[in-house]
Amino acid sequence: MRFISFIVTVLTGALLIYGTVDMPNWGDPNSPASKHVSPRYITKTEIETATPNMVTSVLADYRGYDTLGETTVIFTAGMSCILLLRRRKKKKAR
Amino acid sequence: MIFRKDDIIVNTISRILIPFIQLYALYVIMHGHYSPGGGFQGGVILGASMVLLLLTRGYDEAKYKFPEQIATLFSSVGVLIYAGIGLLCLFVLGNFLDYGKLAALLNVTPSHARSLGILGVEIGVGFAVMSVMYSIFLDISTGGVLPEDEEE
Repeated sequence: MRFISFIVTVLTGALLIYGTVDMPNWGDPNSPASKHVSPRYITKTEIETATPNMVTSVLADYRGYDTLGETTVIFTAGMSCILLLRRRKKKKAR
Repeated sequence: MIFRKDDIIVNTISRILIPFIQLYALYVIMHGHYSPGGGFQGGVILGASMVLLLLTRGYDEAKYKFPEQIATLFSSVGVLIYAGIGLLCLFVLGNFLDYGKLAALLNVTPSHARSLGILGVEIGVGFAVMSVMYSIFLDISTGGVLPEDEEE
């Protein structure tokens, strides 16, 4: 059984490594990821949003919906801690 | 449960440090347009200052500065500020979170309106992160039993 799992692990690893052969080079300016919307963010950020910091403008403006989700995740984490841990005072018996 | 410790070094250092930590947190939030920073980082620093207050003074004194009901309220107010700015853009006939359309309301150019919209949502994120950090710390340090609930 251990031999079979060893074989499966090696095969999966070899498959994954084979998949990385097609990846573009690290930092390649002609890779698909850096040709689609990145040039617009880099060149137009200051004109469109009056914000010199590209990270902030992408985080809160171009990808604002994503950040709204992140904030909701943090809010949900806080609410879960309250619901799981906090014990409320019992109502007095009248 | 954390109680106040009558140690003059701890009390003096925390009294001197807390306002400057909070000032720095506000700087990180407001200066997010020009330097690394923003709502998440600034909110965490602000939450850390509240946690320092709680650690050095104990909950009995910290609850006068920042009670847990207010922390719970602020965490939802932060998300509401963010979502409210998004909804406001819907009311001025833009898309959700399309701050450029707020230019007519704010009486500035569209690019400036987007900059102000970013600032607004960062403030909302800061509110939420600060109070959630404080609230989680409070829950874990007390085991969920707050002092006013403990009596009886």
